[in-house]
Amino acid sequence: MSAPLTSLDRPNSYIGRSVPRPNAKRLLAGRGRYISDLRLPRMLYAAFLRSPHAHAKIVSINTDEARALEGVHLVAIGADLAKICAPWTGTLDHFKGMTSAPQLPLPLDRVVWAGQAVVAVVAESRAIAEDALELIEVDYEDLLAVVDIDSARDAGGPVINPGSANNTCFRAQLDNGTVDDAFAHAAHVVEEEFSFGRHTAVTLEPRAIVADYDPAAGALTVHHATQTPYQFQDLYSRHYGIPEARVRVIATDIGGSFGMKLHVYHEDMAVVGLSILLGRPVKYVADRIESFVSDIHARDHRVRARMALDAKGEILAMDVLDLTAIGAFSTYPRTSVVEGNQVIRLMGAPYRFKNYRASLEVIFQNKVQTSQYRAVGHPIACAVTERLVDMAAAKVGLDPFAIRAQNFIADDAYPQTSPTGYRFEALSHQASLKRLHELMNYDGLRAEQADLRKRGVYRGIGIAAFVEITNPSPAFYGVGGARISSQDGAILSLTPSGEVRCLISVTEQGQGTEAIINQIVADQLGLGQEHVKVITGDTEVTPHGGATWACRGAGIGGETALQATRLLKRNILEIAALILQEQPSALDIIDGELVDAGTRNQRMPISEIARIAYFRSDTLPPGTQAQLTVSHHFAPQGYPFAFTNGIQGCSLEVDVETGFIKMLKHFIVEDCGRVINPMLVDEQLRGGIVQGLGAALFEECRYSETGQLVNGSLADYLVPMPTEMPDIVIAHVETPTADTVLGAKGVGEAGTAAASACVLNAVNDAIAPFDATINSIPITPVKVLKALKRF
Amino acid sequence: MDIEETAVKARAFSYFRAATIDQALDAHARAGDDARFIAGGQSLVPALSLRLQAPRLLIDITHIDEMRGIRREGGYLRIGALTRHCEMLSEPLIAEFAPLLHAAAPFVAHRAIRNRGTFGGSVALADPASEFPAMTLALDAEIEIAGATGTRRVKADDFFLDLFETALQPGELITAIYIPLFKADQRFAFDELARRRGDYALVGCGMLATFAGERIDDIRISFFSVSNTPTRVRGAEATLIGSSLDAERIAAAQAALEGDLAPPDSDEVSPAMRLHLARVLLGRVLGRLGEGA
Ligand SMILES: Cc1cc2nc3c(=O)[nH]c(=O)nc-3n(C[C@H](O)[C@H](O)[C@H](O)COP(=O)(O)OP(=O)(O)OC[C@H]3O[C@@H](n4cnc5c(N)ncnc54)[C@H](O)[C@@H]3O)c2cc1C
Repeated sequence: MSAPLTSLDRPNSYIGRSVPRPNAKRLLAGRGRYISDLRLPRMLYAAFLRSPHAHAKIVSINTDEARALEGVHLVAIGADLAKICAPWTGTLDHFKGMTSAPQLPLPLDRVVWAGQAVVAVVAESRAIAEDALELIEVDYEDLLAVVDIDSARDAGGPVINPGSANNTCFRAQLDNGTVDDAFAHAAHVVEEEFSFGRHTAVTLEPRAIVADYDPAAGALTVHHATQTPYQFQDLYSRHYGIPEARVRVIATDIGGSFGMKLHVYHEDMAVVGLSILLGRPVKYVADRIESFVSDIHARDHRVRARMALDAKGEILAMDVLDLTAIGAFSTYPRTSVVEGNQVIRLMGAPYRFKNYRASLEVIFQNKVQTSQYRAVGHPIACAVTERLVDMAAAKVGLDPFAIRAQNFIADDAYPQTSPTGYRFEALSHQASLKRLHELMNYDGLRAEQADLRKRGVYRGIGIAAFVEITNPSPAFYGVGGARISSQDGAILSLTPSGEVRCLISVTEQGQGTEAIINQIVADQLGLGQEHVKVITGDTEVTPHGGATWACRGAGIGGETALQATRLLKRNILEIAALILQEQPSALDIIDGELVDAGTRNQRMPISEIARIAYFRSDTLPPGTQAQLTVSHHFAPQGYPFAFTNGIQGCSLEVDVETGFIKMLKHFIVEDCGRVINPMLVDEQLRGGIVQGLGAALFEECRYSETGQLVNGSLADYLVPMPTEMPDIVIAHVETPTADTVLGAKGVGEAGTAAASACVLNAVNDAIAPFDATINSIPITPVKVLKALKRF
Repeated sequence: MDIEETAVKARAFSYFRAATIDQALDAHARAGDDARFIAGGQSLVPALSLRLQAPRLLIDITHIDEMRGIRREGGYLRIGALTRHCEMLSEPLIAEFAPLLHAAAPFVAHRAIRNRGTFGGSVALADPASEFPAMTLALDAEIEIAGATGTRRVKADDFFLDLFETALQPGELITAIYIPLFKADQRFAFDELARRRGDYALVGCGMLATFAGERIDDIRISFFSVSNTPTRVRGAEATLIGSSLDAERIAAAQAALEGDLAPPDSDEVSPAMRLHLARVLLGRVLGRLGEGA
């Protein structure tokens, strides 16, 4: 199924073309301007003393020597900042019954994870600030730490938050009441327990912030490496009691975010307070060691799940329990329960069955918070579902392709509502499955696998279908009371020389948001790409909007740009019609020229319209006021989410003596609706897949029994590197959403959603001859060798 | 860039660039415990940045000519301590007379680190997970040490004492490493198991054997990442000496590792698993040695 042709598909359309990103050259040339590059006059530097304990009482803090060190301007403890910063609580109303303790920038009397910031020092250089940290004495009284799911749920065990009866943050239940019956009548049942390790984002650029409070103006400017400047404008305003109009958040160039840079971090809130206390700009850039212990982590789930099938392999039901351990707090303002919530709602999403039950239990523990990171919940739901489907296929005696072909919701059966309550507008599982089969030369791979097995070489082939949540409406956060916008805004101007400036609320972290907005505006107005300038990320300048979260830049931001551009074009054509004494409908703009809509004969360059409107308005008919700046907002309506789908496949080799896994090739067929820039879409898929492969094979935040992160550096925490990564082959199916003119859905999380599931299935396929199975991610050599009982 | 403005992580220190061995030794003697030699800086600088070490004085030894260069001296190849890892790959003398070092070099870290890290620094640090220190054992190398009382040569077998502990006394310098010249009747082999290319290995192994026809007359096998120090496996060596490399001998050598190695417990890899991996690796590397490597 490919997108029906519309005006967006005409020849020379920028939409659907792999034009380079306008900002790529600048960044490559080293001309990016990141927070680390920023030097303001009178700027000071913050550093934080961190807790060495996972759970402890703060008995006393002695900062005398640190304060006395030359070059130190301020040493602040919890109480100092608590005086000026209102506490925050990471709960949302639509997660009924969820709890979390209030948080402050720095703790008052208790630390709840190893690495939590306890004391802040502000000095003339980072080096001096760090020297001062060594002079601070904190006396702690160790408390029992809760460091895993089991001890957190242990009835007699320690409770993290005083005043709570247990360590439960949130519970949820989905049940359509028919599951027990379905299992009772099933011919086959497959069941497994899965575990998913913690991992973290590891952005190239760490978290970074410069807060600059001007006491004379009562105004706060924050230069912040964040994906959501408007959200932070709102939060800094509320928590520090500064009117919103006097808070400005500027998100400069950003080196990756992946969801990690949209949460409230204690250090960031503290830095704002430190600047207020000092009346001077204060900079803080997390170093890599700090990032590992203070950036949000993700995943950390244990899932027990079973699937019921009839004798022919028709899936009848799923029954799921997801236990997930977050930190000692739920993250603010998006909470730490969204991942679990999405896990239980995305289970089984590609399939037709209707009987479903799931329980979710979100648990506190003494570790750094987990929260939203690329493909929130998706990899877990996908791995559990797709592994059970493979287990079922083996039990029924079907090929993995065959069982999926049999059970997918048919491409012509939409709209559909999933058993978990999601409404799907139109998906293309069948078409994608078919395409993947050819793309990976499945039959060829199977033949090769059989041949090699005879020689003691164990190859595995895995596939995994997925559904991705994109274009979120207010149903995501807004309904829960969070001041997180799901709409976007744009302001477009025709400049006096006939170019276009577009100020838009979606933001850029390296993924090319500005590039696709540029393409859409250029396309819709009829201008060369080089004549459109896109400006993002400054709350004083760009209109309020959701910015970057979930998958929304193209689908929502792109539609905002499209609609705004059409308004501007209408206004331009009205003025042009007056000048040319035509009807607006008889005119069009192509390549910067006003043309006759019918004949395409050139009439006048657009720059001439601009010149007349700006400088010779006297020549226009009386009463004419040219409106060459338009503003427009767009909020998604119709379906609460634009779901996308796709399927991944991979081939790998397991060294059964060492447990090492070699990725050979990875495939994806993906349907993100209308593709605006194929190159950028493919980059998103490749990057997402590599992050998924990292989770599948390498990345895990490992903790000691006392709650210490034992591999918190890039020497020990393994991120995927190019040498180990396979070639990634990409194909597309296009099913645009009818909810927008543009028809684009999201693509940023699709790669991550299914890559680990695919590897899990492939590894199990490879070691099947040994009657061994693995159901734990990451799949390390240790786990492989244990499964194979090699030592 | 202005140092006040940047995120400086190391504690402040003084810096002295030595032009001769004597200058370096002298500067160290005067500063005492608070001084460190710096060569390639590829291990020292991260330690400073993490404030795991905070010396008051860094003595830069990279401009000492006497510690440079590779040349034949008697039956040995003298490799200056300042020889960089990348030179192990590019220098013809290494490839010809110390081919085991040439074979191990691509496994040491990444190119950028190999461009700066030095042989002497690697041996002085004696990281038990490092390739080169272990290879000095397999090669029966001698380490030339300059100290207050003059210069001496210590056999690699006597050099590595415990975790990061060597025969070097505080303030002493490794000036060169002597490798017996590779001979026509010798064969070598090297391999390691690392999660990612360039990482420190989970286990690694290199060997040098002297053959009489297909019979092994002598063999030295050295492992890294298996213990607190680079480790020769004498039990395995003994099972091989006097025999040819058939499957049975290889299995015997693998079995002997149980007595040779007692890997420490680490947070991820258990001693049993490391021993298992060492066995697998030994089998593979011996297999290659048998094929002429
Ligand atoms: C990311 C990364 C990955 C790495 N991976 C590997 C790897 O896979 N395998 C591996 O073997 N190494 C690896 N290394 C370490 C690297 O090989 C180092 O270069 C080496 O261990 C030390 O050499 P150097 O010249 O840099 O020593 P320096 O860092 O300068 O010094 C290290 C120590 O040795 C002392 N020292 C240095 N030279 C002398 C001398 N001549 N006499 C006496 N003392 C001396 C110093 O005082 C210091 O205590 C890695 C390093 C990094 C940063």
